[in-house]
Amino acid sequence: MTARTTDTTTTGRAADERNWTVRLRTRLEHTVPPGQALPDRQPVYVASWIYVFGVLTLAAFLVILASGGILAIGGAQWWHTSGTGHFVNSLHLWSVELFFAFMVIHLWGKFWMAAWRGRRALTWITGAVAFLGSIGTAFTGYLTQSNFDSQWIAGQAKDGLNAVGIGAYFNVLNPGQMLLWHVALLPFVLGVLVVAHIVLVRRHGVVPPIDATEE
Amino acid sequence: MGALNLTADSAGSYLDWGVIQISITNLLIIAGMVVLFVLAILLPFPHAQGDEAGEKDS
Repeated sequence: MTARTTDTTTTGRAADERNWTVRLRTRLEHTVPPGQALPDRQPVYVASWIYVFGVLTLAAFLVILASGGILAIGGAQWWHTSGTGHFVNSLHLWSVELFFAFMVIHLWGKFWMAAWRGRRALTWITGAVAFLGSIGTAFTGYLTQSNFDSQWIAGQAKDGLNAVGIGAYFNVLNPGQMLLWHVALLPFVLGVLVVAHIVLVRRHGVVPPIDATEE
Repeated sequence: MGALNLTADSAGSYLDWGVIQISITNLLIIAGMVVLFVLAILLPFPHAQGDEAGEKDS
């Protein structure tokens, strides 16, 4: 009876390994060490203002997503003509300004801390690519304003993008294409990069200062 | 035409060092970010002094 039970368990384990749901669940469970997904304690070296700028960037990003969602509901005529539309439009713009300021200070801090140490190269790379993606997303936002500013910016950008040879793949003078890139494609890509970046930070821990021992 | 000139005049003042051109507004914003960066390194974090243990409550 015992041998039969063992045999059944072994067979079950083999079946589990063929099951993609089980494999994915196991992979997700091992992505971040237990208790580190939403930790309530941090190493003592994290008690510094320079470590605050990453989460400030994330907070600004959430305000951008929320205000952008409201702008999408209201539409261009609403944000150009109503008082509330102007307010939400300004909220979207200024949260982007703060997002970039916080992100650049976060970048300076991590650069001088050599934050790619301790098997954190992919964390650094996802952050750098997210920064570049943010520039593209902000740029398409300027093209989406649907005013003379966006028209002028598109006219200038067209020459620059054509000069570097990438103008054949998209057209900054096409408001429909740029609107879809700004509200769907690029936020999705940026969202995936930000989630990957945060998961990697939780997986490998916050980088210690250069003269500190890792905890 | 007068309105167009007014628009061009109010577009901002620029500093020009050869190939480097930057508006005074952008220069001030970058300077403010550098100041914020330095302050973030130098200013003590609240309650950071009393933590002797390896970890702290966040």
